[in-house]
Amino acid sequence: MPRIRTALAATTILAGVSAAAATDLEVTHWWTSGGEAAAVKVMADAFNGAGHNWVDGAIAGGGNARPIIISRISGGDPMGATQLNTGRDAEDLVKAGLMTDLTELAEKEDWANIIRPAKLLDACRYDGKIYCVPVNIHSFQWMWVNRGVFEDNGLPVPTNWSEFEAAAPKLREAGVIPLAVGGEPWQINGMAGVFTVALGGTDLYRKINADKSPEAAASPEMGKVFEAIAAARGMVDNGFVGRAWNDAANMVITGKAGAQIMGDWAQGEFGVAGLTAGKEYDCLPGLGVHPVLDTGGDAFYFPKPAGDNPEIVAAQLELASLLVSKPVQVDFNLKKGSLPIRGDIDLSAANECMKKGIAILEKPENILPSGEQTWSSDTQGQFEDLWVEFFNDPDMSPQEAQARYVEIVENAD
Amino acid sequence: MAIEPTGPRPRRNFDPTRIMIYSVLAVAAVYYLLPLWVMVMTSLKGMPEVRLGNIFAPPVELTFEPWAKAWDSACTGLYCEGLKVGFGNSVKILIPSVIISIAIASVNGYALSFWRFKGSEVFFTILIFGSFIPYQVMLYPLVIITRELGIFGSLAGVIFIHTIFGMPILTLLFRNYFASLPEELFKAARVDGAGFWGIFLKILVPMSPPIFVVAIILQVTGIWNDFLFGVIFAGTKNFPMTVQLNNIVNATQGVKEYNVNMAATILTGAVPLLIYFVSGKLFVRGIAAGAVKG
Amino acid sequence: MANQARPNPYFRNMNAKVAATPMILTTLVVFVGCSVWTVIYSFSASRALPVNEFVGFAQYERLFNTSRWNKSVGNIATYGVVSLIFSLVVGFVLAAFMDQKIRFENTFRTIYLYPFALSFIVTGVVWQWILNPTFGLQETIRNLGWESFTFDLIAHRNTVIYALLIAGIWQGTGFVMALMLAGLRSVDDEIWKASRVDGIPKWKTYIFVVIPMMRGVFVTTLVIIASGIVRLYDLVVALTNGGPGIASEVPAKYVYDFMFARANVGQALAASTVMLTTVLIILIPWIYLEYGKKKQG
Repeated sequence: MPRIRTALAATTILAGVSAAAATDLEVTHWWTSGGEAAAVKVMADAFNGAGHNWVDGAIAGGGNARPIIISRISGGDPMGATQLNTGRDAEDLVKAGLMTDLTELAEKEDWANIIRPAKLLDACRYDGKIYCVPVNIHSFQWMWVNRGVFEDNGLPVPTNWSEFEAAAPKLREAGVIPLAVGGEPWQINGMAGVFTVALGGTDLYRKINADKSPEAAASPEMGKVFEAIAAARGMVDNGFVGRAWNDAANMVITGKAGAQIMGDWAQGEFGVAGLTAGKEYDCLPGLGVHPVLDTGGDAFYFPKPAGDNPEIVAAQLELASLLVSKPVQVDFNLKKGSLPIRGDIDLSAANECMKKGIAILEKPENILPSGEQTWSSDTQGQFEDLWVEFFNDPDMSPQEAQARYVEIVENAD
Repeated sequence: MAIEPTGPRPRRNFDPTRIMIYSVLAVAAVYYLLPLWVMVMTSLKGMPEVRLGNIFAPPVELTFEPWAKAWDSACTGLYCEGLKVGFGNSVKILIPSVIISIAIASVNGYALSFWRFKGSEVFFTILIFGSFIPYQVMLYPLVIITRELGIFGSLAGVIFIHTIFGMPILTLLFRNYFASLPEELFKAARVDGAGFWGIFLKILVPMSPPIFVVAIILQVTGIWNDFLFGVIFAGTKNFPMTVQLNNIVNATQGVKEYNVNMAATILTGAVPLLIYFVSGKLFVRGIAAGAVKG
Repeated sequence: MANQARPNPYFRNMNAKVAATPMILTTLVVFVGCSVWTVIYSFSASRALPVNEFVGFAQYERLFNTSRWNKSVGNIATYGVVSLIFSLVVGFVLAAFMDQKIRFENTFRTIYLYPFALSFIVTGVVWQWILNPTFGLQETIRNLGWESFTFDLIAHRNTVIYALLIAGIWQGTGFVMALMLAGLRSVDDEIWKASRVDGIPKWKTYIFVVIPMMRGVFVTTLVIIASGIVRLYDLVVALTNGGPGIASEVPAKYVYDFMFARANVGQALAASTVMLTTVLIILIPWIYLEYGKKKQG
């Protein structure tokens, strides 16, 4: 890709990194599926094009990869660069002085003004210094609807949650499972987050997920969210234990189920099945009620090499600069199905749903903080346990669940 | 040479007891084989057929594509070379780990059954206790220990770890087996002037094929299927096959190719399976050897 | 007793001590060391990495107030008891039957053993399919005409633990069978001859003569099964991921999740300290029975 190569030469000069000899840099990440691997390849090609050598260390499954990444960094066998969740996950490693400081590069390239929303870069900041590179924006706030299922049963295709709720009993009568869900805890957790925004409104979401307000968590608005989730418990089938998210998506694709609440990565499944947005399926951001996006995403960290080897540090900075560069951002995000971290690039090749997402991102008031930037993984885990327990236990009343929710917010660290 | 099980002699070939025995064994076999049936059938179907969800149905359109893909071209991150790349590494880890861990543990078991010394039972007890510690808890300290020994991220590192984690159960296995052997043998050898190693190598090892076979089954399976230790302690150059298996199977955000997953699993399990077939014969030969002595 | 009759001065045992050095080092450095480390840091506020910031019993207080942990403990108790009994009974019965000079012994043995060879990453998926009420065994049998057939253990909070058991026993009993078979084959043929001469029924010989002779094998099996139960993790992740809700959570999963995914090492170590203490409480009486008697004798 000559385009990348030119851009690269430019950034190299910008970064003030001398054109060093080829350096091997091992990069660990957990992107292994088709689309993901294609997206990683964009990064690897760019880095290799700069005369270095990207050594791929893919380990599937974040749950598998994280212990390996953390023990290798703390065990003194650091990789050159690694994917790690933005937010507070990596904070302890940064605190222990195990990560390369990217501040100088960030200032030189003016990341603070390029990267939007600003929240993304804030998540990389510790003590005023930058330690990671955000590479994309993923949002959970989507509902995927199979149009055909509704049309075939003589029902209007829902454009928001309340229409869907009204149609659900009729779908059930027609032998269609209204809502497809998976059994993995993160899926239920994410779905609960979507309900909070869509039915509770953005103010409520902000008060809880940015200000950590226990009063908001105890408010009647939040109570409505719990009621709605309790109602959603009745819209699912009983075979969802342990079901993967893509199997749930597949139920919607094949018309066994009417809709699924899942992040933007689900559109990859619809695409692979040959369906077109707006024709066979619809995507409703914020359940069609509040079209907003949260801004979770992926980020890369650069562990300090053994003996602070200057060659490796130089290569790390070079890679960091490449990851935010325009050509990599365009190609990477088109392949990954996520949104780019900078607004000054052309994404005309994006599909219907992605365009909806980009349009939403253009207005800052539509951007929500992602939970993982506010809560520690420990607190997130407690929310997850609660949502999962609540969703699966018909005997747990919304009031009881809300009381426990408030307790977690109060005790959050 | 005739192979003789030591159990009670059957009266006739088709009395009711034997019919009962065979029916129980057959019913059990169905339970054990059911998942394998599903796996093999799935691995021979194309994805559109898998999506239909008739898990027990044989393939309408037979295809070996998933097997070829699993071995040769399934993508694990950037590299699309399937399982075959990790195979050599897995063998490299497996062979020394199995030999060293069994050698050390059998000597332990021997020392603990015939040469008890002061405190030996205490160490043994701690060892047994050690088998109950969840692996994950020990990751941090073990990373530090191997780093200090200078073997973190190397073949030696992962062999060291497998030897440690194999030790409790294997030692127990050998200790109990040796303890069940007639003590007269040991006494007679002592009278003949045989020493610690002499008795072990010349008398006990030749008497113990069944238990060595059990130990080999245990270790081959455990080490071959290990993912966590291999990926942390072996270093990037020595990643075992399970890393590829995991990468093929566990892709989180993307289409799950169940047919390729199933083929990959069976392929990865092939080595332990082969060992079972081969060692099954050794098993019986070991008994024959025991019968000669008895 | 193996060591009663022979001289036992320390210097005569030098070879044995040298040979046992790897074991001694492993027990002291790794197992004792790691346990002590675990206990110490369970009193700390460690998050992603262990830190020296000690907070007393705070981690334990939280642990015992977490419904997920309490559920996990209940689950492992149920799973442990049932799986222990079933593994031993099924393993022994299969081994005893295999020892009846049957045909196709090799085939049967391999069939029972093969699950042990396969990684649970995928076999978990297969069991999930089979147990799934919408397209698994239940649906298949209903399609064959038995409309009321119900087999949906995995879908209900109160029965999901039995779904785990079905898959767990499937994977584990083959090896138990192999151990038992090795044990049975080390029983002297003379015993069988003698019992036949005396006209003792076969089942009586098994229960009163053979099983007591196989004490060592049973102890080994017991430790292997029990340590597998305590560390039960892979199966749960592959099959149910702890669901529905938290109905099939287990302690080892709690430890793992908090150690890595939730980046709360302190909480994870508190949980594993509780696990280790429980194991000790169970092991101590056994050790006393095992060795206490011998010292007196």
